[in-house]
Amino acid sequence: MDLIANLSLGFHVAFTPGNLAFAFTGCLLGTLIGVLPGIGPLATISMLLPATYALPPVSALIMLAGIYYGAQYGGSTTAILVNLPGDASAVVTVVDGHRMARLGRAGPALAAAGIGSFFAGCVGVLVIAAFAPQLADVAFRFGPAEYVSLMVLGLIGAVVIASGSLLKAVGMMLVGLLLASIGTDVNSGVARYTGGIPELADGISFIVIAMGVFGYGGIIGNLGSPKSEREIPISKVKGLLLSWEDCKRIVPAILRGTAVGTALGILPGGGATVSSFAAYAIEKKTKLHDGEVPFGEGNIRGVAAPESANNAASQTSFIPLLTLGIPPNAVMALMVGAMMIHNIQPGPQVMTSNPELFWGLIVSMWIGNAMLIILNLPLIAIWVKLLRVPYHWLFPAIVLFCAIGAYSTHYSPLGIWMVGLFGAIGYAFAKLELESAPLLLGFILGPAMEENLRRAMLLSRGDWSTFVTSGVSATFLAVSALLVLIALRPSVREKREEVFLEE
Amino acid sequence: MSIKNQRDFVSGLLFTTTGAVFAVGAASYSIGTAARMGPGYFPLVLGIMLSALGIVVTVRATRAGPDEDGGKIGAWAWRPLLFILLANLAFGATLAGVPGLSLPSLGLIPGIYALIFIASHAAAERNLREVAGLATGLSVISYVVFVLLLKLQLPVWPAFFSR
Repeated sequence: MDLIANLSLGFHVAFTPGNLAFAFTGCLLGTLIGVLPGIGPLATISMLLPATYALPPVSALIMLAGIYYGAQYGGSTTAILVNLPGDASAVVTVVDGHRMARLGRAGPALAAAGIGSFFAGCVGVLVIAAFAPQLADVAFRFGPAEYVSLMVLGLIGAVVIASGSLLKAVGMMLVGLLLASIGTDVNSGVARYTGGIPELADGISFIVIAMGVFGYGGIIGNLGSPKSEREIPISKVKGLLLSWEDCKRIVPAILRGTAVGTALGILPGGGATVSSFAAYAIEKKTKLHDGEVPFGEGNIRGVAAPESANNAASQTSFIPLLTLGIPPNAVMALMVGAMMIHNIQPGPQVMTSNPELFWGLIVSMWIGNAMLIILNLPLIAIWVKLLRVPYHWLFPAIVLFCAIGAYSTHYSPLGIWMVGLFGAIGYAFAKLELESAPLLLGFILGPAMEENLRRAMLLSRGDWSTFVTSGVSATFLAVSALLVLIALRPSVREKREEVFLEE
Repeated sequence: MSIKNQRDFVSGLLFTTTGAVFAVGAASYSIGTAARMGPGYFPLVLGIMLSALGIVVTVRATRAGPDEDGGKIGAWAWRPLLFILLANLAFGATLAGVPGLSLPSLGLIPGIYALIFIASHAAAERNLREVAGLATGLSVISYVVFVLLLKLQLPVWPAFFSR
């Protein structure tokens, strides 16, 4: 029973009082910050990342996992209470969730989201524990060519699920890859595009880009939009309990959402966003019971299903990350960055060289999930108060925290100013409807992609056909091509836009 | 030729320029061959790809665009853009100092006040007393969280005080 042995090793590592405390702190901080309007898991992790530098790697990752779940759940709380999705994956939750809150049913909506997320998280952890070792075995047989093709697949996946124009998303991905080439070239030691600035020799920090584009860029955009769009009165939260009828309704919805999320999370480039849209779409296709509120008008299933899917997917999206080292979305890309800071190169070797870390992290994910539900159900009343913090207090605080976070990456004011620069760039991206997620993914994958490409080409003596003569690599490239073709088909293109524009 | 989608038109130009800048820069490094790529190879290829893609996006923007609104970029939020950037610039300069301008490091707390006061101008209206309170509150929080708890190496007070 490898599964049990592995999980008990994980429990052994994660169940220390210290690590439990880190998981708890992470969840608490993540929820606290994630619940702020406009700050999703991405911004939360980039802001709190410096806080984990000083910790030992296992504790740091445990805390980060806690932050991640906390932020994700916090984002759903804001989505339900104030109609502001913290990130793309909570966009669907807004539809029925906020409708429920307006009807005074915010309590059941939050409870359904919490319970759905917890159940989905449990299933996700079991799936990881059962399948990650097998997937890692496969990954061990990967050569540089296979890695390059897999990264191409991951990047194409991110491009395909980005909203808006496909061509522009490809462009952003290329910009990300190019930005990643700034800094010292590992093979030759040549400093590329640094303009002689010593701080740039290590390349641009991805936190700086993330905080600039998402933090500053978002604030500038928000302040530029009319006041009525950002400040929405908050309805009173009445009661938290689910009625018996609610329970009966959400059980099948949670099961369906979990299944969809688990499956989609494993795919590189899938991730939480698509899974919540997919789960909502499936839920909408099912028949309404007698006397049930239609979807879009406060149906509790419209909250439970996407929230479960989103959490299951964020759980299983650790599989491509931990076994293949390929981040499936921008948040996971940040996690890779965090691991690299702690000198852990994510990939199949983590499982054998660092089994304590690997299984400890998996168990701590489950602990993080359990912590979330313990923490959040009683705290909803407080979150509502926190949401009353007016935006004109909030945004200077975010500007400040991002600046301090940036300073702590290199202890140089240049880091702070770079956040400002990327803030302006990020605002311009938003005005031009250019998606930043593919850029960040390209930026994170860039160095590994270049290195593996160079290695693969060296091994094949400059023969590009090496990418199609290996079966595995050819399959990845074929799937990537297929994804592009599917996304380009007129019917899908309309659907894709429809999904992202819904409501 | 008329521009049907302003956003895409500008995006395309942006891609082309960015790609060209990186490609030209890459040409100054050793390119190498496909078998032995130099430091310039990867950025050169990507830069050319991005430039080409930018041209496609620009040209497509002069044909019929998918958006009914003509893909207008719309008004820029100059006020928040300017003040957020200024606040950021001032915080960096105050916190660490700029030796080139013989500006000494004034530390975290003066930096926070500078940042909050400038950033508050990004919103259309502000209340000076509230802003002062916010700056004081954030100074306390930042000192406790970043200096006492997280032990970040931040200069807290002006450099000439601590000496």
